[in-house]
Amino acid sequence: MLRTEEMEINMGPQHPSTHGVLRLILHLDGETIAGMRPVIGYLHRGVEKLAEHRTYAMIEPLTDRLDYVAAVSENLGWCGAVERLMGVTPPPRAEYLRVVLAELQRIASHLLWLGTHALDLGAMSVFFYTFREREMILDLFEAFCGARLTTNSMRIGGFLEDAPRDWLERVRHFLKIFPGRMKEYEDLLTKNRIFVGRTKDVGLLSAADAIALGVSGPPLRASGVSYDVRKATPYSAYPEFEFDIPVGKNGDTYDRYLVRMEELRQSCRIIGQALDRMPDGEVKAKVPKYIKPPPGEVYHAVESPRGEQGFYVISEGGEMPYRVRFRAPSFGNLQALETMCRGQLVADVVAVIGSIDIVLGDCDR
Amino acid sequence: MEPRALVEQAVIPCLQVILVVLLIPLVIAYLQLVERKVLGFMQARLAPRRVGWHGLLQPIADAVKLLIKEDTIPARADRFLFTLAPIVSVVPALLALAVIPIGGVPFTLFGYEVRPYIADLDIGVLFLLAVGSLGIYGILLGGWASNSKYSLLGALRSGAQMISYEIPLGFALIGVMMLAGTASLVGIVEAQKAAGWWYVAPQILGFFCYFVSAVAETNRIPFDLPEAEAELVAGFHTEYSGMKFAFFFLAEYTNMIVVSALVTVAFFGGWLRPFPNVRALDWLENGWVLLVPLALGAFFGWMVDQRVGGGMRFLFVGGLLGGLIGFGIGAADLFGVATASAPQLAGAFWFGLKVSFFLFAYIWFRGTYPRYRYDQLMDLGWKWLLPMSIANVLLTGLVLLLRGGGAS
Repeated sequence: MLRTEEMEINMGPQHPSTHGVLRLILHLDGETIAGMRPVIGYLHRGVEKLAEHRTYAMIEPLTDRLDYVAAVSENLGWCGAVERLMGVTPPPRAEYLRVVLAELQRIASHLLWLGTHALDLGAMSVFFYTFREREMILDLFEAFCGARLTTNSMRIGGFLEDAPRDWLERVRHFLKIFPGRMKEYEDLLTKNRIFVGRTKDVGLLSAADAIALGVSGPPLRASGVSYDVRKATPYSAYPEFEFDIPVGKNGDTYDRYLVRMEELRQSCRIIGQALDRMPDGEVKAKVPKYIKPPPGEVYHAVESPRGEQGFYVISEGGEMPYRVRFRAPSFGNLQALETMCRGQLVADVVAVIGSIDIVLGDCDR
Repeated sequence: MEPRALVEQAVIPCLQVILVVLLIPLVIAYLQLVERKVLGFMQARLAPRRVGWHGLLQPIADAVKLLIKEDTIPARADRFLFTLAPIVSVVPALLALAVIPIGGVPFTLFGYEVRPYIADLDIGVLFLLAVGSLGIYGILLGGWASNSKYSLLGALRSGAQMISYEIPLGFALIGVMMLAGTASLVGIVEAQKAAGWWYVAPQILGFFCYFVSAVAETNRIPFDLPEAEAELVAGFHTEYSGMKFAFFFLAEYTNMIVVSALVTVAFFGGWLRPFPNVRALDWLENGWVLLVPLALGAFFGWMVDQRVGGGMRFLFVGGLLGGLIGFGIGAADLFGVATASAPQLAGAFWFGLKVSFFLFAYIWFRGTYPRYRYDQLMDLGWKWLLPMSIANVLLTGLVLLLRGGGAS
């Protein structure tokens, strides 16, 4: 009998397909995963500690850098948390604009996911197609607030200024061409035998496991749990819009793909409704110049493209929060990686990492 | 041996060998530029256009970069095997080119007869298969000698993959050899001319098996597992740099050319024009006189379009101009003013066109498909391609038997 032993292989933190600085220590039996240990923290910047020495308005740029591919969602969550703490309600136009921005951000983030996921599986062209459309969204952000990635677009109580003059028309133009572009991606992937073969029944995650491991967002919904913060604990203007929560059946990589693709369509639907019913008026509520929320604490969660992004803020009545805690969806979703990967092949690890769509800036904070 | 025979049988083939070895790196360098351009077109981006006009000097710049790059050998690698591996990989690939016929008709140069191939072996197909399977040693040795886990995994995958796909590859060609009654590549084309059709028609199953296996054999997308960058960094050549890396690269692209050429010869009538026996299409024999200027004109027009950016205006203008020039040459030929008829050139044109199409198909796959997983690749090879190619052999044999035996 040949002597066999498990091979320990180090994947990352500079590995091309770990999407950032994730390090995985894989134990391989041939090409089968016998065990895996994610090592995180390479991007830890101590954002929560930093936040204790910033005023509430100065923390918003820090949130940009948590989940740096979905900065608007973070801004929305932070502003919402502080507003709830202060008991301020932004004017309706501001809320609608926030929803438009957040859903555009969801599309941009999902496009980044789709492109890199397909690239990891070897389909090169999809990456360039999705980046073409993502570029359009980033241009919209740039027109709105001057920045493309770390937008810092909102203010506590609304916005600094209204959207530029023809901005809403440009969003409408994007909505018009986007469905055709989505068909291009789907033609290349959805029914492609190789793609389906690479993703179907790969990285299975049962609903019970997903809940136990604290998974949220598309991976949770793909496992069949219909939980979306936008519906479960509605915030901003979301209760006023009609949209569906796509839910998967098997909880495999292919279902996570389908769920996100459907979310792209639902996001377009929400933006369309918001544009049609966009109210006029102010975009900023009356907020004192120095923001000093009354003592108390609040937990405010939003549905970021990656899952439930929570903000837990404790105020002692001063200019700076006493303590801030960010609930990172990537951190929760990463917990499920080992469950999903055990017994799969090395090539599947890449597919599974791509399908949970982690952002290490979000995970490490 | 009289001097004439000596020149024709020894000196000229030697010169041809030198020519091929010198020319192939250049051809491959530009093939890679074409690949990047085509991929750029498919992926809504521009591809190289900094070095030279529209990036036409990019391959030269790349080659210079590879030449002057530091040639590193990892500290704990096996130095001898590490150096040997790229050579072992590239030599068989170049060797295979020896039996590829570009045309069938010899031509005279300075009074000596030159054949448009280096050697016409009676066992040409077998030679190709044998030489082709040697290349795998380079990959295995390279992966092992690097002393890196990623390289080793990549090399093992390569080994398994190439061995698995060699079997359907061989079986797929047996059908062709049965029909042609010879294993000589020149003979196979001549048999297709005699039969009056390209073998892709009776051997459609064989063609399918062969081409899929061949793509797998050359480690290209969707079968590029050995160098799946997403999992294994760069597979067996992770640790290679500089010219050693360039040799692996050269081997891969040479193999692509060999495969495309063999598909052309075995299934698509080599240097024969389409429908070689239909008299009404005889003008196609010299159709290249019309087609080449037309395509060139359209191509340059398209490039101008890209620069000016005004729809496809210049493409049509260029195509029209080229077409007129071609038509002029053709008319001059027809009325005996000048002669443009050269069967050797026509043969080379058709051969080149068909080979280019298959090379384009390679690039096309790369722009379209995701990558197979290791076990799925093995499934495809053993459970589908192998039975199909064996069935093809049996079917061909049955038909030949019913039609009265022997080669046709």
